[in-house]
Amino acid sequence: MSTADKLVQMVIAIALFYVVMASILLLTQRIRSRSGERVQAAAFLGPSILLIGVGLLYPACVTVWQSLHGAATFDPPFVGLDNYKDLFTDSQQLTVLRNTVLWVILTPIVSTGIGLAYAVLIDRSRFEKFGKALIFMPIAISMVGASIIWKFVYAYKAGDQEQIGLLNQVLVWLHLDTFNFLLEDPWNTFFLIVILIWIQAGFAMTILSASIKAIPDDIVEAARLDGIGGWKLFRYITVPSIRPSLIVVLTTITIATLKVFDIVQTATGGNFNTSVLAYEFYRQNFVAGNQGLATAIAVVIFVLVIPVVLYNIRQMRKLEAR
Amino acid sequence: MTDIQTTVLPDAPTPASAPPKTAAAAAREGLSGRTASVVALLIAVLWTIPTFGLLVSSFRPEADVKQNGWWNAFTDPSFTFDNYREAFSGGSGGEGLSTNLINSIVITIPAVLIPISLATLAAYAFAWMRFRGRDILFVAVFALQIVPIQVTLVPLLQIYVDPPFGLLPLAGRDAPAGGLYELWLSHTIFALPLAIFLLHNFMREIPGELIESARVDGAGHVQIFGRIMLPLMMPAIAAFGIFQFLWVWNDLLVALVFSSPEISPLTVKLVSLVGERGQDWQLLASGAFISLVIPLIVFLALQRYFVRGLLAGSVKG
Repeated sequence: MSTADKLVQMVIAIALFYVVMASILLLTQRIRSRSGERVQAAAFLGPSILLIGVGLLYPACVTVWQSLHGAATFDPPFVGLDNYKDLFTDSQQLTVLRNTVLWVILTPIVSTGIGLAYAVLIDRSRFEKFGKALIFMPIAISMVGASIIWKFVYAYKAGDQEQIGLLNQVLVWLHLDTFNFLLEDPWNTFFLIVILIWIQAGFAMTILSASIKAIPDDIVEAARLDGIGGWKLFRYITVPSIRPSLIVVLTTITIATLKVFDIVQTATGGNFNTSVLAYEFYRQNFVAGNQGLATAIAVVIFVLVIPVVLYNIRQMRKLEAR
Repeated sequence: MTDIQTTVLPDAPTPASAPPKTAAAAAREGLSGRTASVVALLIAVLWTIPTFGLLVSSFRPEADVKQNGWWNAFTDPSFTFDNYREAFSGGSGGEGLSTNLINSIVITIPAVLIPISLATLAAYAFAWMRFRGRDILFVAVFALQIVPIQVTLVPLLQIYVDPPFGLLPLAGRDAPAGGLYELWLSHTIFALPLAIFLLHNFMREIPGELIESARVDGAGHVQIFGRIMLPLMMPAIAAFGIFQFLWVWNDLLVALVFSSPEISPLTVKLVSLVGERGQDWQLLASGAFISLVIPLIVFLALQRYFVRGLLAGSVKG
């Protein structure tokens, strides 16, 4: 397909969509009988509900069913919970689980910590807006782009060659041994986690900064009149006041971390024992061709996400109720 | 997912006359102003250096990039546009990024417009129409937000390849528009639950009297939606639009699963560059920069809406 072809196809698709939607709406708006509102609701909601049903609900159910079946593409045999057993006993899969645990523990805590510290440090300072934009910027960058950016930081050259990676050059300047950051298991996982922290800290900073600014001034004034300041004020006034936001940030980053795929794919291709659940799902299904195991992994991600989301929603409700 | 009313925007204007100290300002004071500034500056520099290094690398000649680090460009400055030319045209062996840039644009525009339009309609119905089972349906849509896309990918691909009821397959060699419909549809599906939920939150805040008086004047739902709701909803639509734009533009997984090589976006191309030409650092640098310059411009230009969307909870898992 040529460029012009693609653009034409795009315009056709958009036009088609709006023509269809407009005619549905125009046809149904004339109905004024008692059942009219029901028909109109169907016109407004129908397309969305249909797409969600066919594209989300039905596939999710099929995935659960497939996870109980073997690897074969055609007529895979029913194997019960064997895929899940593999997932928790196979040594390779156990490394995947270990890495996932590291990611899920470290990323939310460290990015929230840095985001909070930065939000406090930069609050009402002269270059607040600019300083925030700097930390915030990585959110707009794709995880693929971010991983390439960090490949330039981690790059390693053996022996006495000149280093092209910044981090190894720093080690050279400090007269320390160079290190192959993306290769050495298990440390490489930590260096991949740094990439996601780099992306998520800006998100944490933005949300927390907004809720710090929302702390009523009289509370702070009262505390200061009582002679509380500095670290104590932070510990006993600031942190408790923004607790719901802190939890929302932590859980939101946790959910994103559980689904991290792009960074592992770009930085190491899942090699050198850096695979995580979301990457392993892709590898098992589209590279190894083991659909049963892949769908089982997807279900495990699903199950792990549910309690975090429920907790997240409860905290959001609390935030709203304020 | 927080209510927009209850959140305070970070760039909200502060009273000019003797601003009272916030908790953060007071805490910072305790750390003694100077230490605080130094730590903040350190974090800011640490966060900026990697991107800056990539930018500098992308303008260095190939030989230099492969031989030593980007910081050498300060002592021995020599810059060129060759890397960008090579990245766009493909240079020695392999296709250029320009095709993928077009693909990214062609994928992204409908994948932003369609879900937002559908979600605005659905949100209106949930907010202002009365029909049986409305609340249950809304809770169901809300709950489906938690489904990770991994759970849906495999069966969804099967539906595209081999649809029921003799429908036209959207994947494969004879797929319409070279398989672009797969991507548009998938991004739409994955965006809908969150989009409906968020826009519904915004819509509930519009005063009901406005709708009621319009109804008394004989306006139907379609008129109310078009004449009253859409203009009022524009900020919210913009906020979610930016998120959906960034999500689709930066997506890798959906594109890897559903796009044929002919229509693969920038992210997919970059990953394959890393795999096949991982030592061509100059190409990686310029390629990565091409992919991130458009979202960065959008982000910088529309930061206000972006932050508002973020505070309203448009963070897709």
